Amino acid sequence: MRDARHGAARLLVVDDNKVNRLLLARNLELQGHRVALAENGRVALDMLRRESFDLLLLDMEMPEMDGFQVLEQLVNDLNLRDLPVIVTSSLEGVANIVRCIELGAEDYLTKPVNPVLLKARIGASLEKKRLRDQQKELVRRFATPEVAQHLQESGFALGGTRVRASVLFCDIRDFTPLAESQPPEETIELLNTYYTLMFDAISDHGGVVTMMMGDGLMAVFGAPLPLPDHCASAVRAALEMVQMMELFNVERAAAAKPQIRIGIGIASGEMVAGYTGTNERATYTCIGNTVNLAARLEAHTKVAARAILIDSETRAGLAGLIPSESLGAAPFKGIAAPVEVFAVTAG
Amino acid sequence: MRTSSAGPGGDSQCPPVGHAANDMTQPTIDQATFDELKETAGAEFVVELVDTFLAEAPPMLDDLRSALAAGDADRFRRAAHSLKSNSNTFGASALGAMARELELGGLDRALAAGGAPLAALVDEYARVAAALAELRDA
Repeated sequence: MRDARHGAARLLVVDDNKVNRLLLARNLELQGHRVALAENGRVALDMLRRESFDLLLLDMEMPEMDGFQVLEQLVNDLNLRDLPVIVTSSLEGVANIVRCIELGAEDYLTKPVNPVLLKARIGASLEKKRLRDQQKELVRRFATPEVAQHLQESGFALGGTRVRASVLFCDIRDFTPLAESQPPEETIELLNTYYTLMFDAISDHGGVVTMMMGDGLMAVFGAPLPLPDHCASAVRAALEMVQMMELFNVERAAAAKPQIRIGIGIASGEMVAGYTGTNERATYTCIGNTVNLAARLEAHTKVAARAILIDSETRAGLAGLIPSESLGAAPFKGIAAPVEVFAVTAG
Repeated sequence: MRTSSAGPGGDSQCPPVGHAANDMTQPTIDQATFDELKETAGAEFVVELVDTFLAEAPPMLDDLRSALAAGDADRFRRAAHSLKSNSNTFGASALGAMARELELGGLDRALAAGGAPLAALVDEYARVAAALAELRDA
């Protein structure tokens, strides 16, 4: 279907201006590519979700849905996030260019676009895409359950792999004042009970706890062993964790002790997972933006006054099986664009 | 929204945009740019492209006028942006510079200037349209 290797590719040109659209399409056709046209972001997204393209040439300043909005949508779309995007614009200001790149655009060409430059940039983008596709295929083959099982049995060599997984962060709300208001042995006992309940809920659903720190923990679903429904597994574990704490609180209420509330954040996506450390002391860990996002979502539970918050990718993975509610987009430290946050509403 | 400042030398925060619009020595269409366009895209295609521009530009000018009248800053900026982009494609540098000035200065500055920059741009467009038609038919 795709013949990117031979230089010709299927490209989508999005520009609200007809002269720009025609000229860009002409230049690309002269370079041997097949070109489809869209006059704004919304039309382009519809086409991208219907048909397969190798590369998107995107104008920024457009009515209805502008280029920035398109880039944001692409990042959050599992099927489209790896589509290379070259921005062609005459937007003024370096800040706008930076924003495009931060939102995942691969390159930025100023209009009027120089045809020679255009050819070079498109060639480079298509080649990068080809290598990325190859790598993804390798990882996909690499991370079969059999291979992961074998690695586990052989003790896991240090070094990482790229995996798709869900990460869960959990902690006890307002734990520090609680810990300071009671005898230390009671705090330790509380933590032990809490961890026991949480570990059970997590492992029941195929998750692995990778980190404990104070009253917080991190768990991963989908690594080291792949888990096909890692999003739903993580959310089911979270629901069980909340339920466990409710039962625990009934006990505590009977003993006239303060209630314990937890906050849970879950994010899903690609991350680097592996054993890290030395040969004597190593820990299994996951690193990447998904992990950062899960931690931010967990912190955000306090602001949102919800027990379980998830990102759009986790929500997409639930396929509607577990109800959730959008809380709109929230800005998070260290993450370029505001992130749509969902609260799990099922009990 | 930035506050507007009337006239040149005001303490506006906009970057300087030069005086290309008033530079009478500048040709209406930069021949080298136009020739290069013909060479890379093909003479026949450029005829089509000129026709498209001549059809699309008047609605852009209408858009600028009505956005100015309605106080629609977004639409004003977008129309100026489009016109800038197309002018530069054909080598209409003076028109491009004037459109850029409107894009960067925004609605406030255009209003403060009493619509004069827009009127000048419309005049320049008439010269560009005539020159492009001549080049097309040459």
